[in-house]
Amino acid sequence: MNLFQRNELKGYLRKDGRKGIRNIVVVAYLVECAHHVSREITMHFHGQPIHLIGFGGCYPNGYADKMMNSLCTHPNVGAVLLVSLGCESFNRRRLFETIEESGRPVKLLGIQTIGGTKKTIADGVEFISSALDTIKTVPVVDFEIPDLVVGVVCGGSDATSGITSNPAVGKAFDLLVEQGATAIFENTGEMIGLEEIMSNRAVTPALAVELKKSVEKAAKYYTIMGHGSFAPGNAEGGLTTLEEKAMGAYYKAGNSKISGLIKPGDIPQKHGLFLMDIVPDGDPRFGFPNPNDSSEIIELIASGAHCVLFTTGRGSVVGSAISPVIKVCANPDTFKRMEDDMDINAGKILRDEATLNEVGEEIFEKIVSIARGEKSCSESLGHQEFVLGYKTFEPIGPSCQP
Amino acid sequence: MKINEADNVLVVRSSIVPGDEVHIKNSKIIFDKALGLGHKIAERTILKGEKIIKFGVPIGSAVEDISIGSHVHLHNMKSDYISTYTLDHEFISTK
Repeated sequence: MNLFQRNELKGYLRKDGRKGIRNIVVVAYLVECAHHVSREITMHFHGQPIHLIGFGGCYPNGYADKMMNSLCTHPNVGAVLLVSLGCESFNRRRLFETIEESGRPVKLLGIQTIGGTKKTIADGVEFISSALDTIKTVPVVDFEIPDLVVGVVCGGSDATSGITSNPAVGKAFDLLVEQGATAIFENTGEMIGLEEIMSNRAVTPALAVELKKSVEKAAKYYTIMGHGSFAPGNAEGGLTTLEEKAMGAYYKAGNSKISGLIKPGDIPQKHGLFLMDIVPDGDPRFGFPNPNDSSEIIELIASGAHCVLFTTGRGSVVGSAISPVIKVCANPDTFKRMEDDMDINAGKILRDEATLNEVGEEIFEKIVSIARGEKSCSESLGHQEFVLGYKTFEPIGPSCQP
Repeated sequence: MKINEADNVLVVRSSIVPGDEVHIKNSKIIFDKALGLGHKIAERTILKGEKIIKFGVPIGSAVEDISIGSHVHLHNMKSDYISTYTLDHEFISTK
């Protein structure tokens, strides 16, 4: 199969051996009180690769801490500016040290120490101007398909999602796994009813038990919350029940064996297909596991995803900070209406204009083009959505990454 | 279109307007309302309490008898897991 020319791919080599397909500067606020100052800093660099992320909470949280540490050392990130108010409880020293040890230029600005909004913005702008030069010296090396980590979410699903875009992404995932890449699917809340079928695909019996437990946990969690992972637009689009949506969503994972179970921010320790468990452990405490699509996207990115496939039937426009989001549109009518936002028209399968396999290969080729530097639709439209809230997780057990 | 041989519902491949006709087995069905792309219709008579089968697996249960060709959706089926929330605050009861 001659889908692409591997030798054309290049990546930015990081100290931990991982390679990025982008080389961006991140500005990260460490509490909501530093959000505006951070945004003002990024606005000085419109059109340049500066991405704004942050954690709004003032109370400490292990999950948010791990997410921020993972995101600031993501292979697509070349340098980081941290913006602190000064009195928040986020562990800024540890985050600073993590980034410094990763070999990236980093600076921490404390608004209270520096003396307010204007002075902090000026210092931030100065740092980023020099960081943009510094990251040009990052070594550029060959990037192979096995270096790739790709995530998938679905959002704004309708009844076409399970027939076109999701199975087509499943084909692309099979191709990725076959060629040695790492692929991550998620949302155990949308696998309720499928725990038996899915756990049978685990590479070890112990992992099968873990996979099944993760879905049972999701069923319990969402039942207590009183809502399944199902929005009114799903019903208007012809989906009736959570099980129906789940079955359609499940096709995204393709047919490969499942190599492991990870939680947000865990980096897969080998290649293959991984399930991400996004549902918090313990009793429901801080709210819904996936308040919106962006929270799921950023969790996949925190686990190292270089890009995220996003299947949609109703039509979502979101992108993300740090890694490009690639839209696979399930519904041919939606594609026609929202073409500027859609990278792939999987709806043509319904019109008999392409087969599932052909669209699967088209998605694979698109991933390779994006890795080569082509901008996805949401990326070129400037979408850089980011959201991070509170959650509680227990670390994964030894049988999760056998 | 039928997704899996075991299914008892069919999926509408393009939008339907009132008056459109379709033949299912030997029955002629004339639609009396519009149906969007992707919506489900009964492939045979489905009795109250029977499982609705799509993708070859149960996706919920019928809450009333459903005649061949009828639209299968929130009004005549329910989830066997978590109830479906819609914007007009209608809950389809669970179990």
